[in-house]
Amino acid sequence: MNRREFLALGAGLTAGCTRNARLITGSFVGASHDIGHMLRSGSIPAPTMERRVPVVIVGGGVAGLSAGWHLARNGFQDFEILELEEEAGGNSRSGENRISAYPWGAHYVPPPTKDSRYVRELFEELGVITGYANGEPVYKDEYLCFDPQERLYIHGRWQDGLIPSIGATDQDREDLDRFEEIIAGYKARHAFTIPMELSRQDKDLLELDSVSIRDSLDARGLRSPALHWYVNYACRDDFGCTSGDVSAWAAIHYFSSRDTNQNAVLTWPEGNGWIVKRLRERLRNSIRPAALVFRVTQDRVDYYDIHEKTSTTIHADRIIFACPAFLARFLVENAPATDAFEYAPWLVANLTLEAFPMQRAGVPMAWDNVIHDSDALGYVVATHQSLRVHQPQTVFTFYYPLAGSSPKSERARLLNTDWKAWTDFILDDLSKPHPEIRELVSNIDIMRWGHAMVRPRPGFMWSEARRRFTKPFGRIHFAHSDLSGVSLFEEAQYRGVTAAQWVLDR
Amino acid sequence: MVYVLLISVFVIASCGLVYELIAGTLASYLLGDSVMYFSTIIGTYLFAMGIGSYLSRFIGRGLVARFIQVELIVGVIGGSSAGMLFIVFAYIESFRLILYAQVIAVGVLVGLEIPLLLRILKDKLEFKDLVSQVLTFDYLGALAVSLLFPLILAPRLGLVRTCFLFGILNVLVAAWATSLFRDQIARLSSLRVQSAAALIFLLAGFAYGERLTTFAEESLYTDEVVFATTTPYQRIVITRWKDDVRLFLNSHLQFSSRDEYRYHEVLVHPGMQWLKSPKRVLILGGGDGLALREVLKYDSVESVTMVDLDPEMTRLFSSNELLRQLNGGSLRSPKLKVINADAFVWLGESTDTFDFAVVDFPDPTNYALGKLYTTTFYNLLAHRLNEHGAAAIQSTSPLYARKSYWCIVSTVESAGFHATPYHAYVPSFGEWGYVLATKLPYSVPTVAMKDLKFVSTILLPGLFQFPADMSRVDTEVNHLNNQVLVRYYESEWHDVSQ
Repeated sequence: MNRREFLALGAGLTAGCTRNARLITGSFVGASHDIGHMLRSGSIPAPTMERRVPVVIVGGGVAGLSAGWHLARNGFQDFEILELEEEAGGNSRSGENRISAYPWGAHYVPPPTKDSRYVRELFEELGVITGYANGEPVYKDEYLCFDPQERLYIHGRWQDGLIPSIGATDQDREDLDRFEEIIAGYKARHAFTIPMELSRQDKDLLELDSVSIRDSLDARGLRSPALHWYVNYACRDDFGCTSGDVSAWAAIHYFSSRDTNQNAVLTWPEGNGWIVKRLRERLRNSIRPAALVFRVTQDRVDYYDIHEKTSTTIHADRIIFACPAFLARFLVENAPATDAFEYAPWLVANLTLEAFPMQRAGVPMAWDNVIHDSDALGYVVATHQSLRVHQPQTVFTFYYPLAGSSPKSERARLLNTDWKAWTDFILDDLSKPHPEIRELVSNIDIMRWGHAMVRPRPGFMWSEARRRFTKPFGRIHFAHSDLSGVSLFEEAQYRGVTAAQWVLDR
Repeated sequence: MVYVLLISVFVIASCGLVYELIAGTLASYLLGDSVMYFSTIIGTYLFAMGIGSYLSRFIGRGLVARFIQVELIVGVIGGSSAGMLFIVFAYIESFRLILYAQVIAVGVLVGLEIPLLLRILKDKLEFKDLVSQVLTFDYLGALAVSLLFPLILAPRLGLVRTCFLFGILNVLVAAWATSLFRDQIARLSSLRVQSAAALIFLLAGFAYGERLTTFAEESLYTDEVVFATTTPYQRIVITRWKDDVRLFLNSHLQFSSRDEYRYHEVLVHPGMQWLKSPKRVLILGGGDGLALREVLKYDSVESVTMVDLDPEMTRLFSSNELLRQLNGGSLRSPKLKVINADAFVWLGESTDTFDFAVVDFPDPTNYALGKLYTTTFYNLLAHRLNEHGAAAIQSTSPLYARKSYWCIVSTVESAGFHATPYHAYVPSFGEWGYVLATKLPYSVPTVAMKDLKFVSTILLPGLFQFPADMSRVDTEVNHLNNQVLVRYYESEWHDVSQ
């Protein structure tokens, strides 16, 4: 009996004798919904103190931190970042337990395109890019996702890669090839860029924004179920909504905006938490955590210190509002309309596993493990980037965009379902490929993101409603990936840096 | 007659404790978590004894015959318990159910014994003497076993045979009682037949008991398994057939004592001989101490650092007589420092530098092991070597896994090393390959160390000649994010095994 059989036997015994016997601990973690409620109910005390800070950055997510990073890099230090949470990082926050660090949201960055020059600059500074060969960046091997990267559980087996190949018909293969050709055509035109704002605005391209990607595929006669599954998966993964709710422009942008054909991604055990950790270190003297901003005007920012329970007014010359755009309606005086911004709710769970699931049919465990017949997106293995050869325990990060019905009702479902019920949902889903999952998991922590990411629905990408937010609003500049219509690290950083540059230019 | 019966108490008590100890040991050996199993098994056992004592009141007539039957059943069930659990463990899913059921059965029966004996003896002694003497012998028996079991029985006889031995003792007590009370027993011949059958069964069990422990595993290995253990890291199995000792890790052959000197001499000497006077040596993997044995043949060596993940490997190969003969006691060298760590992680954290490194990992059979053959790994290795340093890397077979072998060569080169490929024939492995990674260009030593069994001055140059059937092929470089080596290896060895 080798070790694997031994473990399998052990798992089988446990399953046989004590089904459901393992006590699973855990809780909801993260954003306190009480604080948000405080904001809406207007129970915050009036400011009793005041200060003057030349530049205030509201929000310490990737956009806000990047604005601070760009200011500091250019020798400008007179700014303060106000962050609601105890720790800055936004969607890129991460956690850590006795086994591994793990992400709570964003968990990878694709190799930055030539247009993403600030991402390249940041990655050079952080040692992610070690140099250039033939003009192309050379990445530190340890930060590129280790092989094997992705697998898909379909028809009871794990296959390599995410494009369904097991059970694919000739029609599927033909349509997938045609789709690839279409994407190659856009790539050749350099039609779609990251940052998206620099994309070509030819008429035929902008027209893509008026239909959903699902309808767009149908209109091109691409009806393969495998292709539709794959595109829908990509939409749920990147935008938190189904392909019927995603602008064809946004979806095709996702497939055609990368320079290379390589599927490589940069990742770390804690996901993009690795990046924000380093940005936080660089900006530690400029970040004020637990600061609930409740009013922003052209020259002042009022915030409530959650620990001190006092409110302060900051008089500022310039303000970078690096929060999700919908908050402008509640916080920014006379803000432009935010109705066009819709948000997808997400559930992210981190599961502590005392042993790896048994290796069953198909290819071995990858970094990203997707289940074909599921509304969730499967799981990412936090210890995948570990250099250890012997890794007995691990952490799975489970991602679930609630894309079923309207964002509002899905958000209500997200918040009204209790921890036990979510835990059962997660374990039921994971037990499809891993029937013994309940015997392996010892803890499940769950983060509920009510407004996880902006929904790039048809018509939104090139709407005036979106574009208005990309321009300065008096002495306020908005900065968030929302302004790009897609929730990407590069877009958030671009919006932050653009706002910071606007400060520097004056 | 009283003393004879008191000796029976002594024996019965020892048997009772042995079954309890064996169940606890076996459960923690097979299932892990020793505190939990020891504690619950002792608890269950004592509780079951209570039930037995309670039940004893329902036995009225034919006391002696009942006592003898109880002894026989305890002997058979208890005596075969360890062997049965071993078999059950490998073949039945609800192992713990059977474990506890058996503990309860034996407990109930053992709980019956003393009350029945007390009643048999009650007319022969005064009550105060009866209780005092029976309990004294009961506790003495327990003491004897609690000392004998860990010190002599378990290590010498093993769990299975110890168990059968005490089963035999139970049956002997029954046989003794049968003859002692022959005029009080109604169906004497029936009891005698039962005793004889139980005795034959247990004796057979004792004779073949040793085989039971390895029964499940035996079919995997052609030779007899002499040692097998599961550590947190791997399954270690050692087999022996005549003078051929073989080590298997997770059922992959690591060496055969018949020809391991070929493998290890070739791994160590071409590199060590080339260096002027290597002082500081690093061994990654190699917890069997065989490469170390070759390294220590150089008087210039001042210190050796061995990094092996599994402490059980180095413990086993430095303490076991048979294995120590193989490595010449190398693991007990005062020059040696053993570090039990994950080699990749250790390499990234260490600040020591070395003249020579032996990289002796298992073949890249999976993505976890494949990491140890990547550019990132060899880059870290380069940092741990002096400017004139060298590393010898075991690199699978250039004949059976040609692309895999040359992929390792290319990967070593891409990390900035001069890579010198070489190979040797090791009968138990077949044609085997190595790569010498050096910071300065390598030249084949003109003289080899004297008195080696395989490597010699004449043989050395031949190791570096590659015939056409295993000459260089173009391959990709093995990176962490593109583990081509594991894919090559899988397809090539798959083809070989077809």
